Amino acid sequence: MAKKTIIPIGPYHPLQEEPEFFKLHVEGEKVVGLDIELGYNHRGIEKLSESKTFEQTVFLVERICGICSTSHPIACVQAIEDAGDIEVPERALYIRSVIGELERIHSHLLWLGLAGHFLGFNTVWMWVWRYREDVLDIMELITGNRNHYAMMKPGGVHRDIKNEDIPTIKKMCDGLKKPLALFRDAVIDDPVIHARLKGVGVLSRQQIIDYGALGPTARASGVAIDVRRDHPHAAYDRIDWDVIITQNGDVFDKTVVRILEMFESVKIIYQCIEKLKTVTGPYNSNPKEIKPGDGIGHYEAPRGEVIHYIRSDGTNRPARHKVRAPSFMNIVTDREAVLGESVADASIILAAVDPCYCCTERMAAVDSRTGRQVLTSAELLRLSREKTEKLKKEIGAPGPQLDLGA
Amino acid sequence: MTREEVLAKIEQSLSDKTVEIFKKSDRRTYIEVKPEDIPEASRFIFRDIGARFQIASGIDTPTGFEILYHWALDAYNHIVTIKTKLDKEKPEIDSIAPVCVAAEWIEREMWELLGITFRNHPDMRRLLLIDDWPEGVYPLRRDYSTGGEYKKEKE
Amino acid sequence: MLTKSLNVFHLAGSPCNNCDIEILDVLTPRYDAERFGLVLVGSIRHADVILLSGAFNKKSAIRAREVYKQAAKPVVVIAVGSCACTGNIFRHSYNIDEPVGNYIPVDAYLPGCPPKPEAMLAAVVKLIAKLRGEK
Repeated sequence: MAKKTIIPIGPYHPLQEEPEFFKLHVEGEKVVGLDIELGYNHRGIEKLSESKTFEQTVFLVERICGICSTSHPIACVQAIEDAGDIEVPERALYIRSVIGELERIHSHLLWLGLAGHFLGFNTVWMWVWRYREDVLDIMELITGNRNHYAMMKPGGVHRDIKNEDIPTIKKMCDGLKKPLALFRDAVIDDPVIHARLKGVGVLSRQQIIDYGALGPTARASGVAIDVRRDHPHAAYDRIDWDVIITQNGDVFDKTVVRILEMFESVKIIYQCIEKLKTVTGPYNSNPKEIKPGDGIGHYEAPRGEVIHYIRSDGTNRPARHKVRAPSFMNIVTDREAVLGESVADASIILAAVDPCYCCTERMAAVDSRTGRQVLTSAELLRLSREKTEKLKKEIGAPGPQLDLGA
Repeated sequence: MTREEVLAKIEQSLSDKTVEIFKKSDRRTYIEVKPEDIPEASRFIFRDIGARFQIASGIDTPTGFEILYHWALDAYNHIVTIKTKLDKEKPEIDSIAPVCVAAEWIEREMWELLGITFRNHPDMRRLLLIDDWPEGVYPLRRDYSTGGEYKKEKE
Repeated sequence: MLTKSLNVFHLAGSPCNNCDIEILDVLTPRYDAERFGLVLVGSIRHADVILLSGAFNKKSAIRAREVYKQAAKPVVVIAVGSCACTGNIFRHSYNIDEPVGNYIPVDAYLPGCPPKPEAMLAAVVKLIAKLRGEK
């Protein structure tokens, strides 16, 4: 393969006065505070939902986030099913888990690549995203689209997974095992990664509980919550898999949790597709109405629990639809995680809770006394990569090496 | 403790505050309390029972505002929703953020989008909308219509 | 205008990120836009091409107007994805601003939710041909 020059990705905004998502207050090298400004992505989805039918709103919420694009639909249809006491056929439960776990793999691979990029390991980024393409190919085979799968429907799923596609899905998962093992070994044992990420951006157990933090962010601090196990839904209580927990709560642990979760996802997919060979029957119960009442649906998205609350008034539209993505709870913890850390580590700490990709683009550092901007996003990333280079030299190691062949 | 035991404990401890209890299923319970009892009920279920704050849903209904606080009992596969009803004309309630910092942002959002006042909130200010969004205009209220005068259409 | 190597600036406004990730995917080995001479740059001042993505809510529209002012003209603007083209399903939300094409002149609309990387490359090839005056 020809050598490539990787260009730093944007968008970076060198405008001095621009309001940023993450405004770090710094004193010299140290972060002393964090302002978080939301609103750049607020599209008024809850209000829009009130003008959609129950089936239409599933397509709406799918587009809340392109990366967790099946998580919101799963939580949404489960909320509708909870409100209306709707049965879901068994085959649909396995299909939901297959789609959900494929999404988890591609989301964690995405994050791993971005983390590599933030740290200055662009080979990691390119290799990890190359394998992500295989997952997206399977999504396209099963659902017709690489992203935004339009699979979920109140009462089941829109489309079946054809039994003749199962060998292809299995082959793709087989093909992931070696690269996943290589990513795991390259990252988890690497001394430069250790030096860069261990002890950085630590969140304690109590902080996680106080902030209601979720997903790998919580599990990395020893808080053993996972909606798939704690509130079983889809097929998660019909198959065998483990929740990944670590104890140190630093960025390294958050990385480890995500990598190891992908192995569990592969395990779940194998079992579900095996079951699909024998669990026949409908894949949708085709409910005709949702009786009045309240429904709550939640699902373990790659970033943590997604929860939807729906109030049905007996019509075919939600009277109220509350949506809460996991990042809403997780991002707040950043104000604790960056405190006292160095600016060079700020970008990877903010990225560690795996917020929306576009959230992490907009960081800036201001002098805590004068309020004047001193570092842009681009500069924060540059400092991060420089720190990696410095550590590589000090330790005398090259960083994660990935030798995956041609 | 079994699920039945923990739910019985919750029901019993909140019995003097309970306006109405609805046991929807073996996974969902809804307990209505008066607004003034929300801070103590929240403190109890968060600190004494160890439930996890998931989110709060604010609703504008024809008879008044409702807030549903959703609490997950992760060890028992159950969600307890503690809800309350607020006055239509002047929806006000004490913030639970001093007791549960996880509620800090959602209370800001409920003020901003529904116009519910949260007394003693540690950091009440806009969360989502632009700074010069018109005062007193709450998009999630029923009387706010999309496509109204706040949209600029160039035909 | 240089058509040998095009500096591309990505301006996102309230996206769901699907288009953004597919734009980045276009840079990965499988699709490899660099062979067409496309380079993502960090500053709009150096941009030959602006890629717009997202539905642009009121907050991000303010920013988009400011950022566009900084672009050295002439610049080619591509609206990537249905949200940037029309607002998509968010069109009638209280928080979505007018379609970004109303205040940033768009040269090419690339619909899709998200558009496939192949569609993006096809658009790029067409655009380059047009800029060179080819058919």
